Amino acid sequence: MVAYQADGLTALADPTRRAIFERLLDQPRAVRELAEGLPVSRPAVSQHLKVLKDAGLVIDRPDGNRRIYSVDPEGIAELRAYMERFWRGALLNFKDAAEKSTREQR
Amino acid sequence: MPSASATGIVESVVVEAPLETAFTTFTRDIGKWWPRDRHVLRVEVVAMIFEPRVGGSVYDVGADGSESHWATVLVYEPPVRVVFSWDIDPGWQLERDREKRSEVDVRFFSEAPTRTRVELEHRHLDRHGTEWQSMRAAVGSPEGWAYNLAAFEEELRRMGVS
Repeated sequence: MVAYQADGLTALADPTRRAIFERLLDQPRAVRELAEGLPVSRPAVSQHLKVLKDAGLVIDRPDGNRRIYSVDPEGIAELRAYMERFWRGALLNFKDAAEKSTREQR
Repeated sequence: MPSASATGIVESVVVEAPLETAFTTFTRDIGKWWPRDRHVLRVEVVAMIFEPRVGGSVYDVGADGSESHWATVLVYEPPVRVVFSWDIDPGWQLERDREKRSEVDVRFFSEAPTRTRVELEHRHLDRHGTEWQSMRAAVGSPEGWAYNLAAFEEELRRMGVS
C-alpha cells in the first residue's frame, strides 16, 4: 500500500488533494494562493502538490522566486480518448436502435 | 453544444427518430444498443434495467440472476434530459467509492418531427483518479486495453475455453 502511495496510484482519492486539483482546474496558482482557503499549512500543500506532480496530474513552472502549478492536460488524456471511443461506438448502436424502433412504430 | 472541458468529453449523434422515441430508446431500451462486451458482470447479461426516476438505478441482470447496479439516475426529465452517475472504474469494475464516480449528462433536441439530436457529456473523468494510468502502464496497451481484454474473453467463451 505504501508503494502504491508513492506511485500516486491514489493521488486523487485524498480529499485535500482533490480540493487542490479542483482549484487548479479553475486556473494555475502558486502554493501560497492554494494554501489560502484550505485548512492545511503551506508545507502540506507543497507535499500534496508533489504527489499530484509525481502522478502526472499537475505540472509546474518557475515564476520569479515561486512556482506556478497547473493541471497537466495529458494527465487524463488517455481516459478521455478511451471514453470518446466508447461513446462514439455506443451512440452509433443507439442510433440504429432508435431508428429501428421508429420504423416498427410506423 | 457544450464544449468538452479538460476533464470530460462531449459526443453527439443525430437520429432519424422522434424525440420521444429517442429518449425511450436511450433509457428504457438501453439493452437494445449497449455494447455487448461492455459490462461489469462477468456472466452473460440477459437484461439491462433503467429505472425511470431520480434515484433509480441502471443495472445489468446476469444469466445466473446476479445484478450489477452501475449507475444512479441523478436527473430525469423525459423526453429532453437524463443525467446518471458512472459507477464504473476504467477497468470496467464497479466503483464503490462515491468520490471516484464520474457523470453522464444526455440531452435530446428535436430538430424535426422525426429527427432528434442527442448530445452526451461524460464529465469529471478526473474523479477516477490515476488508477487509469497505472493500469495502462501495467498492461502497456494504449489502444484501450479493457476493450481488447473483453473481446478476448468473449472469444474464449465462444471457443468454450472459459
